[in-house]
Amino acid sequence: MGHRTPLYDRHLDQNARMVDFSGWDMPVHYGSLLEEHHAVRNRAGVFDVSHMTVVDVAGPAARDWLRHLLANDVDRVPVGRALYSAMLNPDGGVIDDLIVYRREQDYRLVVNCGTREKDLNWMTLQAEGVEVTLTERPELAMLAIQGPTARATLAGLLNGRRGESINELKVFAFAEDGDWMIARTGYTGEDGVEIILPGDDAVVLWVQLMEAGIRPCGLGARDTLRLEAGMNLYGNDMDEAVSPLEAGMGWTLSFDGERHFIGREALVQQQAAGHSVQVGLILQEKGVLRAHQKVITGAGEGEITSGTFSPTLGVSIALARVPAGSTGMAEVEIRNKRLPVQIVRPPFVRNGKTVYTQQ
Amino acid sequence: MSDIRPELRYAASHEWIRLEDDGTAYVGISDHAQDAMGDLVFVELPEVGQKMETGDEAGVVESVKAASDIYAPVSGEIVAINEALEDTPELVNQDPYGDGWLFRLRINDKADLDELLSADEYREQLESED
Repeated sequence: MGHRTPLYDRHLDQNARMVDFSGWDMPVHYGSLLEEHHAVRNRAGVFDVSHMTVVDVAGPAARDWLRHLLANDVDRVPVGRALYSAMLNPDGGVIDDLIVYRREQDYRLVVNCGTREKDLNWMTLQAEGVEVTLTERPELAMLAIQGPTARATLAGLLNGRRGESINELKVFAFAEDGDWMIARTGYTGEDGVEIILPGDDAVVLWVQLMEAGIRPCGLGARDTLRLEAGMNLYGNDMDEAVSPLEAGMGWTLSFDGERHFIGREALVQQQAAGHSVQVGLILQEKGVLRAHQKVITGAGEGEITSGTFSPTLGVSIALARVPAGSTGMAEVEIRNKRLPVQIVRPPFVRNGKTVYTQQ
Repeated sequence: MSDIRPELRYAASHEWIRLEDDGTAYVGISDHAQDAMGDLVFVELPEVGQKMETGDEAGVVESVKAASDIYAPVSGEIVAINEALEDTPELVNQDPYGDGWLFRLRINDKADLDELLSADEYREQLESED
């Protein structure tokens, strides 16, 4: 038996197909991945993402420590704002990608569940002799409510400060009320919020959301939505052997000033030496692009890192790592056949609309 | 519990086969298989005229999440494919034993069918997989 979130029984009641996800029993869909996907693009859906790891970082050295640990700079955002960052090894490889919330007195990190142990080990090692405390918060659940009508529906369910926050929050901002943290963030390319809250509260809110007609969505739709939105999945699109420069994460790197962060020298070297790049692919024929298929471009060979059928576009799309300078058309090898693909700049879909541009 | 039709024979790899009076047979995937795959988005079928040995790869069904090979449950020649699946692969999810059939085969030897699983045997296999 795997770990269970506080919503486990709700998932079973709602006929979820449960799968093992990094040691957790999680819903992959509740009947139809495609319908869940469209619900989030057109209306609203809710994901139980309580398996994700929440770590609070406090102490007098918290800021300096995070500026050393992370490739993005926590000073880039004011209190009340979240920041996306990679955590690198000294070779510039990605140990994990994470969200850091800058709070009044401390910081909160949300890291991937599949990398929990190595992340905690790495952070603990880096915290040795530093005035910083790391506190994991396994008692907290997390719900992602996403879609064009998500915030309006949610605001109608919540009173006082919580309801106001839902209406007022700017993109990537968050507000806190008691043990609740409400952030206007997500992993779908749609408007919406993610709420970190006590497990019991999560069950109550889940039931309210169901009564309000918000559709439960599983990890399957979460994956197709994030891929359409051009967002990376750790372990697929990057890992410890891949630098953020090769994974389309250049925008998350902050080289301003003299700030030293782990992996900086390696990235500077890689920038000078040249490196492969991330592109989006759109299959021009019927079929489905999948991770690890070979990509042949005019500039050389590359590999698909994530591929799927795009429910919104009705064709197959992928993220791929290819040699710099790959543009126009390319070919992908699928079962010993070569099929044409168009190279594009992701994202593919944002806010329900097709947004990719040819590269 | 998934739908298992008593009048069909089954391969361990989850294809079903139904013999017609004219000596041809329809082949598809079982209700259990379509349910396990989830929403199908692409079906690759063999070509009419292609000759198959038992266990040969006869196509691929792909859902959003995964691809799965289809094998010929018995030897024979492909005489028809379900062309409707090119644009509406979801027929396999909606009606795996009817409109969601994959291809029709002129089978070489009816005795080959006896090598396949009966509905009861297939049910036992599914139960032992759980």
